Amino acid sequence: MAETMKLEIFRYRPEKESEPTFQTFEVPFREDWVVLDAINHIKDEIDGTLSYRWSCQMGVCGSCGVMINNVPKLSCAAFLKDYYPDKIRIEPLTGFPVERDLIFEMDDFMTKLTEIQPYIIRKEGEEKPLDEGEYLQSPAELAHFKQYSMCINCMLCYAACPVYALDSTFIGPAAIALGQRYNMDSRDQGRDSRQELIASHEGIWECTFVGECSAVCPKDVDPAAAIQRAKVSSTVDWFKEVLIPWGKKK
Amino acid sequence: MARSNEPIWWSLFSAGGMVAAMVLPVLIVITGILMPFGLAGDDPLNFDRIHSALSQPPIKLIIFTVISLPLFHWAHRFRFTLVDVGLKSVSTLIAVLCYGLAIAGTIVSAVILWNI
Amino acid sequence: MGEKEMSTYIRSVPNTWWMKRKPYFLFMIRELTSVFVAGYCIFLLVLVYKLTQGVEAYSNFVAAMRSPTSVALHLIALAFVLYHTITWFNLTPKILVLYRGEERIPQGLIAGTFYVGWLVVSILVAWLVLGV
Repeated sequence: MAETMKLEIFRYRPEKESEPTFQTFEVPFREDWVVLDAINHIKDEIDGTLSYRWSCQMGVCGSCGVMINNVPKLSCAAFLKDYYPDKIRIEPLTGFPVERDLIFEMDDFMTKLTEIQPYIIRKEGEEKPLDEGEYLQSPAELAHFKQYSMCINCMLCYAACPVYALDSTFIGPAAIALGQRYNMDSRDQGRDSRQELIASHEGIWECTFVGECSAVCPKDVDPAAAIQRAKVSSTVDWFKEVLIPWGKKK
Repeated sequence: MARSNEPIWWSLFSAGGMVAAMVLPVLIVITGILMPFGLAGDDPLNFDRIHSALSQPPIKLIIFTVISLPLFHWAHRFRFTLVDVGLKSVSTLIAVLCYGLAIAGTIVSAVILWNI
Repeated sequence: MGEKEMSTYIRSVPNTWWMKRKPYFLFMIRELTSVFVAGYCIFLLVLVYKLTQGVEAYSNFVAAMRSPTSVALHLIALAFVLYHTITWFNLTPKILVLYRGEERIPQGLIAGTFYVGWLVVSILVAWLVLGV
C-alpha cells in the first residue's frame, strides 16, 4: 500500500474570497521528494489552481521560500522524509502581503535592495580609467566580504525576523548584509553614502539581534553578524564625529 | 546625514552588558550563597571593613560603574523588549522612561557614593 | 492597481509571537535577563545606601540577606544572570570578526577568551570582596 502524506496549504484567491483558507491535500510519500516535488504533484495531478514560485529546484535561485510548520524554508530544500508521517503546514513567507496562495508581494524587499546602493562606488576622481587595468584584490581582501556576497535573495531572513514582521519599515537583514558586502569590499569607497540608510532608525538600530535570520539562511550569509558589525562601526563613527567634530568627514 | 543618536545608548548597553556578564554572577554567588551559608570566611561584609573600602575613591568608582552601566544595559534592552511585544505606538515614551530610570539610578548612586 | 492593492492580504502578527517557536522564546528569556540584572544592581545600591545609614541599619540588612527569601531571590537572579553571561559571550564572535590573512580566527577561540576572562575577573572580585 503506497504511503501518503498530508499537506495543509494556505489558499487565498482574492477574486472569490476576502479571507484566506487552508486546503489539505494528500500526496504520495517518496523518500527522495522535497516539499516542492509534493507541491508540483498537487499542481499537476490534483489542483491546477495552486499558485506558488519556484525555479531551479536546487537552492540557488531563491524563488521557492515558504513557511513550513512556521519555519521559513526553501521548498526545494525541505525533504518530506524529515516530516513524515506528520502533516505539513505550508504558508507564504511571514511579514509580506499575500497576492495569491503562496505568492507574496516582494516589492518592499526589492526596493530596499536597490536603495542600499549595491554596486562599487568610487569617490570623485578616483575611478580607475580602463587602460589602467582592473582593481586588484588579494584572496585575504576577498575573504572579508565573500560570505555576504552569497545571498540568493530568498527572503527567508525577512520571514524569520520578528522586527520586520512587526514593522516593515525595517531595512532588514538581507539588505544590510548586501550593504556590508560592498562596505567591506576593498574596491569600494561608498560606505559613507550607504550609512544614510544603514545607520538610520529604520536601519541597524531596529535590530534586536534575535539571530533567527542567520539561523534560517540557506547560504550561511550570517546577516545577523553583518548587522552587529555595522552597529560597531557606526558607533565608532558616531563617537569620532561627536568627539572630533573638526575632523574632516571623508 | 540622517544620523541616529542610537549609538550612545547602544554603547552604554554594550558596556553594561559586559560588566554584568563578567562581574554579576560572582557577586550574586557571594551575597546569595557564600555569605548566607557562612562559607565566606569571618564576616567579610562587616560594616567597618566595607565602609573603609568604600571610602576610597577608586573603589567608589568601581562600585559606581558596576551599578550604573548594567542599569543602562537593562534600559536599552527592556525598551526594545516592550516594543517587540506590541508597544511600538508608545515607543518614545518607553524610551524616555527606561533611560530616565537608568539616569536616575546613576545619579542616586553617584550621590550616595560621593557622601560616604 | 488600486483594485490589486485592496485585494492583497495582510496577515497580522500577534503580540505573543515569541511564544510560537523555541528560538523566539529563548530570545525573550535572554531579553528578560536584563530585568534581573537591573534588580541586582538596585540591591547593590540599597546595600551601599544602608552603609550610609549607620552600623545598625547596615548590619540588619546584611543579616536579612541570610533569609530564605533573599537566598531564593538570589538563586533565581543567578539563573537569569548566568543565562545573560553565556548568551553574551557566545555572541561575541559574531561581532568580533578577526582575520589572519584569509583565515578567520575560530569563533570558539573568541568566545573562549571571554570565558577565560570571566574566570579571572570572578576570582579577582571574590578575592577583593572576601579578602581571602
